[in-house]
Amino acid sequence: MTPPGTALLEVEGLRKWFPLGSGPFARLGETLKAVDDVSFRMRAGEVLGLVGESGSGKTTLGRTVLRLTEPSGGSIRFAGREITHLSRRALRPIRQKMQLVFQDPFASLNPRMTIGRILAAPLIIHRPELSGREREARVAEALALVGLSPGHAARYPHEFSGGQRQRVGIARALMLRPDFLVADEPVSALDVSIQAQVVNLLLELRERLGLAMLFITHDLAVVAHISDRIAVMYLGRLVELAPAAALFGTPRHPYTEALLAAAPVPDPARRGARILLQGDLPSPTDPPSGCAFRSRCRYAQAACAEAVPMLREVRPGHFSACIREELALGLPR
Amino acid sequence: MTAAEPVLQVDGLRVRFASDAGAVAAVNGISFALDRGETLALVGESGSGKSVTSLAVMRLLPPPPVCEVGGRISLAEAEGGVRDLLALPEEAMCRVRGDRVSMIFQEPMTSLNPVLPVGEQIAEAIRFHRAASRRVALAAATDLLERVGIPEPRKRLGSYAHHLSGGQRQRVMIAMALACNPEVLIADEPTTALDVTVQAQILELLRRLQQETGMAVIFITHNLGVVAEIADRVLVMYAGRAVEEAEVATLFRRPLMPYTAGLLASVPRLPEAGCKGREGVRFAAIPGTVPDPLALPSGCSFHPRCVHAKPGLCDSEVPDLEDAGPGHRVRCRRWRAIDGS
Ligand SMILES: Nc1ncnc2c1ncn2[C@@H]1O[C@H](COP(=O)(O)OP(=O)(O)OP(=O)(O)O)[C@@H](O)[C@H]1O
Ligand SMILES: Nc1ncnc2c1ncn2[C@@H]1O[C@H](COP(=O)(O)OP(=O)(O)OP(=O)(O)O)[C@@H](O)[C@H]1O
Ligand code: SF4
Ligand SMILES: [Mg+2]
Ligand SMILES: [Mg+2]
Repeated sequence: MTPPGTALLEVEGLRKWFPLGSGPFARLGETLKAVDDVSFRMRAGEVLGLVGESGSGKTTLGRTVLRLTEPSGGSIRFAGREITHLSRRALRPIRQKMQLVFQDPFASLNPRMTIGRILAAPLIIHRPELSGREREARVAEALALVGLSPGHAARYPHEFSGGQRQRVGIARALMLRPDFLVADEPVSALDVSIQAQVVNLLLELRERLGLAMLFITHDLAVVAHISDRIAVMYLGRLVELAPAAALFGTPRHPYTEALLAAAPVPDPARRGARILLQGDLPSPTDPPSGCAFRSRCRYAQAACAEAVPMLREVRPGHFSACIREELALGLPR
Repeated sequence: MTAAEPVLQVDGLRVRFASDAGAVAAVNGISFALDRGETLALVGESGSGKSVTSLAVMRLLPPPPVCEVGGRISLAEAEGGVRDLLALPEEAMCRVRGDRVSMIFQEPMTSLNPVLPVGEQIAEAIRFHRAASRRVALAAATDLLERVGIPEPRKRLGSYAHHLSGGQRQRVMIAMALACNPEVLIADEPTTALDVTVQAQILELLRRLQQETGMAVIFITHNLGVVAEIADRVLVMYAGRAVEEAEVATLFRRPLMPYTAGLLASVPRLPEAGCKGREGVRFAAIPGTVPDPLALPSGCSFHPRCVHAKPGLCDSEVPDLEDAGPGHRVRCRRWRAIDGS
């Protein structure tokens, strides 16, 4: 295990560009910059929340960091080791230490396998020395961890509701006791009472096992509770990166402010008092020049069109990619 | 047809699945009425039967013996009177489905055709129910994609589902469900995969469409923030039964069933300014697990997780759904005692 506090993951200038070659509607030679020039570091045991608009590249970033999607540029170091260009074979022992919880629990579970077999599969591949009995015990333990009963092991995915399947997905990711988890919308499909349990469980696992997590979600309230730091992504780039309290207390990027304003308030008496973000999400193949958010930003100026704003440290540990550093953002609450 | 008459009424709906391990009673006698223009939120634990209830209304459950459906689902007719959807031949149901009653599914990836461009899929739905040319249908599809906030809709007509992000797929599903201006829209977790700015836009869009068309909406969600934003009434489900029903303001102010109260307590809220951050923060979670549908607890299905449960009282008989005030129904043996405390 990597000692807590040391750099576990170092991502530098990471890119994933998709060429959009074929199809009658595509223009030739167009590229979609799903992840563009993204840099960040994570310490062992740290939880980094990743939020952003649908299509902003969160899933692609998570998958590229795990080398489940090949990067188009940049570098990834895991536990001090450069893994950007490692072969599949060389990657295999490292893979055990980095796991993914999928966004879509329906597509990711083999319908012909029992839950028990789905959970045992990673052990059979990576831990062949375990006996059948030991495997069964680990499966039962994992089921209990995610709030299912041992009896569920004999059942098939189609017999489960959406939320139950997502818990199986989390259990599967934990089977090899990883150091690093990319959790892609892991609790979005769960109803709140179980969401709370799972978030608490992930926090507990983090404390007990030193599990570091890249926690992808569109639910700001969840991310607020679970993250040490939060990264905000917009059209393939990080626009803000800050400790959780700073991000919610004093956001520095107008997009973050808009996100906070749009979050639904669980109080029917405060319904509809909302500033809606105007305008459409620009085409990811043809983002606005300069700051990609400027087409929807209420603070945009002519200068915003000129150059892509770089992430700059505006306060110790607080990074923002907005040229209007003087803005006093926040929420009228 | 009178405006006061509900557009959809569900009476004593029961759904049982046969499985190798025994019969699963997924829905155990659910009843509710939906008025025109109204939004009813269905909330509840995962596995409580929300999706199965909506699939029953859509008549999309597998046929017997795999799945047995009982009860009545009455859709109001334009000429007056109602028709029972459960008694309709499949052919007639095909005409209702996607036209008068349509649904946004929980899993966009399994309900979009992977080999057909999304524009064609929307156009196909329009052409099935309306005698429209391909050109007109595609133009309507472009319009719909724009209304649900897909950038450059004309270009996206030719995209395949797997080229879209999760949120974009869900928006395509919404466009498809709205294609024929349905009277009843069932939205099964329609904004769960969306980020908040788009969610806020979609909720606004649904509200606007509702005002324009008088469409009624059954909105399934586990996000009580969204419920607070959009619902007129809320039906809380647990283990296949309705356990509480009330106007949205009443439910948030005075939840009577301990499960409802637990849900409200576990809603994640944005931190207030000046909070200390993550350290040490735990969510208030309801303890325990979802009951196994094959071995439902005796009496109140919630009793093993309930802090108010009394042995001998809560575990003996299934509590009745009792009136607790105007439009407020609750299924709990102890609601009076809990309400007073
Ligand atoms: N295989 C692919 N080919 C072409 N484009 C792709 C591919 N995979 C993703 N994209 C595009 O890359 C962008 C980022 O997609 P991604 O799924 O990473 O977004 P996301 O932030 O996870 O969104 P969501 O919140 O909706 O899940 C989107 O515009 C998407 O359409
Ligand atoms: N095809 C099926 N065969 C057997 N059981 C099923 C089937 N579909 C659903 N069930 C069972 O019916 C019950 C209700 O499931 P349903 O999908 O309606 O839950 P839900 O309330 O929508 O949950 P979620 O919030 O997780 O989507 C569950 O116990 C589930 O296991
Ligand atoms: S009936 Fe009993 S167990 Fe059920 S919710 Fe009420 S107090 Fe709790
Ligand atoms: Mg994603
Ligand atoms: Mg469901």
